[in-house]
Amino acid sequence: MQYEAIIGLEVHVQLKTQSKMFCGCRNEYGGATNTHTCPVCLGLPGALPVPNAEAIERTVLTGLMLNCHIAEICKFDRKNYFYPDMPKNYQISQYDMPLCEGGYVILGKYAFPKETQKDPISDAGKKIQLTRIHLEEDVAKSQHFETTSGIDFNRAGTPLMEIVTEADIRSPEEAFAFLTTLKQILIYGGVSDADMEKGQLRCDVNVSVRPVGQEKFGTKCEVKNMNSISGVRRALAYEIQRQIGIVSAGGTLRQETRRWDDPAGQTQLMRIKEDAHDYRYFPDPDLLPVRTTEGITDAARKRLPELPHQKKARFVRDHGVGDYQAEVLVADGLLASYFEKAAAKAKNKGAVANFLINDFLATEPDLAVVQLPPEHFGELSNLVEEGKINSRQAKDVLAHMLESGENPAAIVEKKGMAQVSDLGALEALCDQAIAANPKSVEDYKSGKTAAINAFKGFVMKATKGQANPAVVDEILRKKL
Amino acid sequence: MSLSSSTIAGLRRDLASGKTSSKEIVQDLLARIDKVDPKVKGYLRVNREAALKDADTADLSKPLGGIPIAIKDNINALGEGCTCSSKILEGYKSPYDATVIRKLREAGAILLGRTNMDEFAMGSSTEHSAYQKTRNPWNLDCIPGGSSGGSAAVVAADEAIAALGSDTGGSIRQPAALCGCVGLKPTYGRVSRYGLVAFASSLDQIGPLTKTVEDSALLLNVLSGHDPMENTSRPVAVPDYTAKLNQPIKGLRIGIPREYFAEGMDKEIEAAIRKAIDWYASQGAEIVDVTLPHTSAAIAVYYIIATAEASANLARFDGVRYGHRSSEAADPLSVYKNSRAEGFGPEVKRRIILGTYVLSSGYYDAYYNRAQKVRQLLMRDFEQAFQKCDVILTPTSPGPAFKFGEKTNDPLQMYLADIYTIAVNLAGVCGLSLPCGFTSSKLPIGLQLIGPHFGEETLLRTGHAYETSHEWAKQRPPLA
Repeated sequence: MQYEAIIGLEVHVQLKTQSKMFCGCRNEYGGATNTHTCPVCLGLPGALPVPNAEAIERTVLTGLMLNCHIAEICKFDRKNYFYPDMPKNYQISQYDMPLCEGGYVILGKYAFPKETQKDPISDAGKKIQLTRIHLEEDVAKSQHFETTSGIDFNRAGTPLMEIVTEADIRSPEEAFAFLTTLKQILIYGGVSDADMEKGQLRCDVNVSVRPVGQEKFGTKCEVKNMNSISGVRRALAYEIQRQIGIVSAGGTLRQETRRWDDPAGQTQLMRIKEDAHDYRYFPDPDLLPVRTTEGITDAARKRLPELPHQKKARFVRDHGVGDYQAEVLVADGLLASYFEKAAAKAKNKGAVANFLINDFLATEPDLAVVQLPPEHFGELSNLVEEGKINSRQAKDVLAHMLESGENPAAIVEKKGMAQVSDLGALEALCDQAIAANPKSVEDYKSGKTAAINAFKGFVMKATKGQANPAVVDEILRKKL
Repeated sequence: MSLSSSTIAGLRRDLASGKTSSKEIVQDLLARIDKVDPKVKGYLRVNREAALKDADTADLSKPLGGIPIAIKDNINALGEGCTCSSKILEGYKSPYDATVIRKLREAGAILLGRTNMDEFAMGSSTEHSAYQKTRNPWNLDCIPGGSSGGSAAVVAADEAIAALGSDTGGSIRQPAALCGCVGLKPTYGRVSRYGLVAFASSLDQIGPLTKTVEDSALLLNVLSGHDPMENTSRPVAVPDYTAKLNQPIKGLRIGIPREYFAEGMDKEIEAAIRKAIDWYASQGAEIVDVTLPHTSAAIAVYYIIATAEASANLARFDGVRYGHRSSEAADPLSVYKNSRAEGFGPEVKRRIILGTYVLSSGYYDAYYNRAQKVRQLLMRDFEQAFQKCDVILTPTSPGPAFKFGEKTNDPLQMYLADIYTIAVNLAGVCGLSLPCGFTSSKLPIGLQLIGPHFGEETLLRTGHAYETSHEWAKQRPPLA
């Protein structure tokens, strides 16, 4: 019996705004405990919330980037429950009138885990539908000590975007690809840094299994506490097997909330979901409804960046860059713009791409502060195109360039590396080479064409590698 | 006339002419408080030293320079207590100023002390204070009304020149009527709620309790205005509310809603109100018959919406971050249960339970949602009535001040005390109560004027005309 997994994700993204969602406190990671607080985010008596306009605009921007419908009017609701990390014992969220509805994410090949990129699973360009995106405030952070617990309210009130997918995901790898793609889009939009390890992106999964061909969904479980995108993949892989194990043996599953224990490699029961919590949602009377049609959506639209898949398509089309190369270049927005500057005046943009991908990236540059002017790479590739140096020499120049930051023309001159293309000089050297290798002449004449390399090697050695290989080749063939 | 029995307007003139000093005013008030507050018990705390100190540095060039004001104990003032007459906030010190307090300070006013109230503003008699019983200065066996009973009593007893109160269902107007002073509930959104401990967010407004309508206008000038810290405060320009007080009322259309003059009305109250109506008619006002057809639903609608909002607003009092924390608690749930059980009084608990119920799954549509719809109808009643008249005139309270304990056994009887005031909050319109007579037992009777949204100018002008042609405002309770 073959089983398939049905997976839906609930992703919480911390928006990278300057202030919190409903007060002016700094929205900052780290910081001494309870230093970014005020009456509003502490839930003091008499304090009142005022919405962060930038957070609303960024959420609309996210909705636009993810192909959602932006609601003309939305409101905030109170989600009521008691918990120590909740300053008001209700969370301001959005219930039935969220900011964005629908939408989708398309999974590209290279978003999948590296070792699965050759599988057909990654080819299809699968569309994962979204249900909605809404805006809410984050809760405080609990810390547990030996006999007491403490609460840090720095995080309380951070703007949080909740993105919910339809149950379209069918494998841990698709979930991995979804989160990778989503993260990239969020970074491109300047909406969030989406670093799971810093809690800027949190993901809960809902997963069930059913026999292939069955229409009815199986019982689903919720899994929480994954700290990385690959952790989500591992948790899903485990949970799917666990569920299949039970169901295929004739057992029944309960609706449960489970916790992923990464070191142990297992999910563990947190609580049974028999009674759905009644949150007594009602519209927050302290907050006016928001009309996006009065300028917010227009402003967000102006901020739309060229998205990764759009940039990639453009690189392939306009810069003649290969599919894989384009993928690598657009993975990081800073690298993509560095490349565009580097290739601006280059005759062979593909070569520039290769320099960046194969050599530059190996130096692990911090693209935010890198000093090496991107134009140098373009100049280097032009030197090769124009025959001033050959590609082997280019590698040496590149190495020097990465170390010293000097421009390639200057390096070539300093080191006297100009490619020797002088026919006269090369002819003479070729004659010497032929004269010095009579055996190879015989081999070549008797059909072993590879023997030509012996002469080439001789000429190269004599010119310290600076001979123009194409010209040498031509001369030798004429003479032989 | 002693300083303590004077008005803001009178004292401002005396201060300007040098006839008196702020220090003398404060001293006279303190002496009066010492003499009568042991009987009236309107004050929870008096700022003796601070008020005298502030009097010394009073800036008379400011609109309220040198004038002491009493504050209801649910409005946050930096460094002062803010108990809301509840044990759950015993000892709590406000770390910030409410916007109205900031405005009072900027206007040069002196904060004289904190007045008693029904716990968390839930009540109509101030009997629900966890600390003390405030007595009606006109008859110490009677209640002063509520929930701003302390503020009304101290103004009526000349223990304060003026006071701030809050009004959610009549809590400024009704005690003003029962104590024989002037009480104004501004239009919802006229005065910022930031710093007012919330009872029902869509109904609460802060307003002045004063001896004259002119004083009410003076305070309204200072309190009004849009607040960026408060999303429901409206960006409507603030006129000088004293400017048009003396404009003639000839031709003013005064609406008399037939539903407010039904069978079984208190005879003495009816007589006083009808006499007032006749007086307006004699001054050339046009008396118009209007209808507010959904009046009978108002109390039910109020007690569903107000308690629902309160159940969420009071969830923050959990013993975790501030306020009373039970010593009998060993885990978070116990901290909540025990602290709240110990800290809240029975009326507060009653309303939290009721509010939780009407929001709960399965009941939300039948109660909360339906109540909000009927609320729209009540709003429409007023809109339609105001097409036929400029002001509406009604009694403020169905009866004069009753004796202590008379209604405490039947909460519903107590709720009916709000019958004339409650729809005003639901519709968000403005309402003014001013003295218009006495019962045969020498208990004050109040006249209510209701104006359209942001129609305070008309309201105050209409009230000022009546007040200045009658002697009620000059009467003083027979306190020794």
